[in-house]
Amino acid sequence: MREAALLSVRGLAAHFVTRAGTLRAVDGVDLDLASGEVLGLVGESGCGKTVLALSLMRLVEPPGRLVAGSITFDGNDVTAMDTRTITRLRGRGMGMIFQQPRTSLDPVIRIGNQIAEPLISHAGMSRAAAAREAIALLEAVGIPGAEAKARAYPHELSGGQAQRVMIAIALALKPRLLIADEPTTSLDVTVQAQILALLRERCRALGTALILVTHDIGVVAQLADRVAVMYAGRIVEQGPVGDIFAAPAHPYTQGLLQSAPVLGRRRERLAAIEGNIPDLSRPIPGCAFAPRCDHRPTMGERCDREMPPALAVTPAHAARCWRLATP
Amino acid sequence: MSLLDARGIAVRYPVRGGVLQRPTAWVRAVDGVDLTLDAGETLGLVGESGSGKSTLGRALIALRRPDAGTIRFAGDDILALDAAGLKALRRRMQIVFQDPNASLDPRRTVGGSVRMGLDLHAIGTGAERREAVAEMFRRVGLRPEHVTRFPHEFSGGQRQRIGIARALILNPELLVCDEAVSALDVSVQAQILNLLKDLQAERRLAMLFISHNLAVVEHMADRIAVMYAGRIVEEAKRDALFAAPRHPYTRALLSAVPTPDPTRRDPSPPPLGEPPDPANLPTGCRFRSRCPIAMPRCATEEPALAALAPGHKAACWAA
Amino acid sequence: MSAAASLPTSRLAWVLDRLWHNRSARIGGGIIAIILLCAAFAPWIAPHDPMAIDTLRRLEPPSAEHWLGTDEVGRDLASRLIHGTRYFVLICLITTVIAGVIGTVLGLISGAGPLIADAVIMRFVDVLLAFPTILLVLAVIAILGPSLTTAMVAVGIGNIPGYARLVRSAALTIRREEYVEAARALGASELGIIFGTVLPNIVSPLVVYTSYAMPLAALAAAALSFLGLGAQPPAPEWGAMLVNARSFLFTAWWAVAAPGLAIFAAILGLNLLGNALRDVLDPRDA
Repeated sequence: MREAALLSVRGLAAHFVTRAGTLRAVDGVDLDLASGEVLGLVGESGCGKTVLALSLMRLVEPPGRLVAGSITFDGNDVTAMDTRTITRLRGRGMGMIFQQPRTSLDPVIRIGNQIAEPLISHAGMSRAAAAREAIALLEAVGIPGAEAKARAYPHELSGGQAQRVMIAIALALKPRLLIADEPTTSLDVTVQAQILALLRERCRALGTALILVTHDIGVVAQLADRVAVMYAGRIVEQGPVGDIFAAPAHPYTQGLLQSAPVLGRRRERLAAIEGNIPDLSRPIPGCAFAPRCDHRPTMGERCDREMPPALAVTPAHAARCWRLATP
Repeated sequence: MSLLDARGIAVRYPVRGGVLQRPTAWVRAVDGVDLTLDAGETLGLVGESGSGKSTLGRALIALRRPDAGTIRFAGDDILALDAAGLKALRRRMQIVFQDPNASLDPRRTVGGSVRMGLDLHAIGTGAERREAVAEMFRRVGLRPEHVTRFPHEFSGGQRQRIGIARALILNPELLVCDEAVSALDVSVQAQILNLLKDLQAERRLAMLFISHNLAVVEHMADRIAVMYAGRIVEEAKRDALFAAPRHPYTRALLSAVPTPDPTRRDPSPPPLGEPPDPANLPTGCRFRSRCPIAMPRCATEEPALAALAPGHKAACWAA
Repeated sequence: MSAAASLPTSRLAWVLDRLWHNRSARIGGGIIAIILLCAAFAPWIAPHDPMAIDTLRRLEPPSAEHWLGTDEVGRDLASRLIHGTRYFVLICLITTVIAGVIGTVLGLISGAGPLIADAVIMRFVDVLLAFPTILLVLAVIAILGPSLTTAMVAVGIGNIPGYARLVRSAALTIRREEYVEAARALGASELGIIFGTVLPNIVSPLVVYTSYAMPLAALAAAALSFLGLGAQPPAPEWGAMLVNARSFLFTAWWAVAAPGLAIFAAILGLNLLGNALRDVLDPRDA
């Protein structure tokens, strides 16, 4: 294991049990994160990346449930924590921001008070000190006229400003980990660029590690130190950002990188991944990507029968693909 | 002669307020746009949310009647047509929508949705219509035996294929794609983009490809128009626009797209500020409030879209 | 998703298939089916003439000859209940058709038609709503005179605003959907859109609303009969039977229980079937 791991996840599984069946949204995830590191968690809709992010803070709501695995954060077992400890952890240890900043803010409370609230309840600040700190935090996230804006209600903010406020709230207590779930997906591209720059700058300044959940490989390339690629509830490839983009080892990662059109690198045809994502309500004994994989015909039935383990490409780079096992 | 020739298109929406819900202000969603489109050509229309690009797309095919302007389609003034004339014209221009969940009637079988155009225009016998629908299903990569299913039984990508089949069954000459791939995952998005390109080449379709995603527009379009706050601020051939953007807004848009290459990290973008309130635009140039190179003249006079080079136009005093 | 659901021959067949696999639909449907059968074949099923008076055998308890006993003038209660199903079915149909058809048409024009129609219709509906329903019903009866027809018309009119409002708000939502725009882009006329696209998408909420409104309407009609404002004695209408029997509650409980339980079972059947229909009719939630 890597030294100074801030977060260590082993065999994590989160399932949704309904009358229609069991949806294996997260199904055996191993993940490590060092202090101050930025991890890009990439995958398409339905791959389980949001459920994984929520699982790390034990925020999965019924019918979803953590069914297996361990989460060690800063030396403590998150899965074994009682409600009080986990609430404390959510306030001070980990912060989270979401895709729709507006719906994450309470519409009837002034934003200054929303930022000050955790400072009072978790950090024990006085009301006046918390109010001053809230204005400082608003300035730090680049809100012009912070003093006046602290008295505004969420509906008076634009989408970009609301996400800045969310970042201010999430980072108010200087957590050691920030989880950002598609933080810029609902924003325009010019605003996205500014929010990403802000996230990078704030996390660096506070030494906060960042898990950036996104479907956008451009965003990952710009921000992440390491990348984890998720498909059908499992992490299929994980490694340093340079390695993943220069030499992706898993056919799904390769497909993901080639199927998106890239500005300034126009091709006549895009390399689409044919087919659709598998149904997670049915058990998948082998590699979940096999039905869409170009290598499946030459690899044989092993891909359908046995799930490949995480096989090393380099010491820091691993992928779940049987091609790596064949010498 | 262009297939589509629009002049001075304007669409405005009332902002209602007060107890009586009377219009208190007007949002000029589209405010004086000229646009032409040739047969077989793809025009990309880019802009951020609220720029009016979807409204413009709908106005151009008379789905939302513009408040001002003229639209000529193959020489006919489409805003002067009576109901029967407009219905006949509908065969020739179609639209594919953004949200594959919302754009298919949940109470109609997908075959019924695709067949609707043939039924409305009384094309062919029942058997011929069935055959045409099956053929269209095959062409967009769906199984013809699925015609009796309902939309909720399909994935997002498959639904978008159904939406494309519905639009193309009447063999239109113009297809408006309004953010047609924005709701799809990249791997599926690539399938749909390839399909649209193939269909366009086969049928010599003129396409108005509306998207906020510059990379997707670059991939699809021959010519690109950049829209900002209801106006076109730059228009050029694809390569010219990406190689030498002339409007500061186009440059800002291009530099804001994250490069999917970790060895080339973009410098932090210049603060561009927030988009203006559409009901309360700045005087003079609309981009002035966010422009890094704004001059005093920009506050008093609005720059017109002027030709800078053959086929390259921009609306900026500094261009 | 069941195998049968993946290849439906038609939507109706699909709905029926799903209902067949739903327990409350089976129970509710069974009760309603019995009522419909009784209504259709009442003269052949009923053991006695429902109107035949036999003053020698008044208020007899249930026996082999009179399964449910007799009423205060010696009429066979079982036969009267069986013939009463005809009134029940008639009341359900007439009130629902009056309220449903008028309310739906008004709601559709209001929600998907021109703005001026919306203003006029909604003011009319507001006026209807401004009166308490019972006042409205009593006013209609006062004008037309008490009879079963009057009661049905009155209850039907009283239910128009509910349908009109429901359909209007559903139509307003659906009119903005992209598939309506798609239909317009394909060349569908506004009228074609209202009846070809908007109406089919309102069927589910309509059926669900009817499943609530129909039993209430039937109860209201029974109540009017009970008050002497609806079906008139000696008609074997259940509400009217109830009012006749109520004075003998302590001496001949069966005379009250028979029509009372019949009303209860019929309403229960409608409600069970309605709940099941609501579960089945929204495939997006299934």
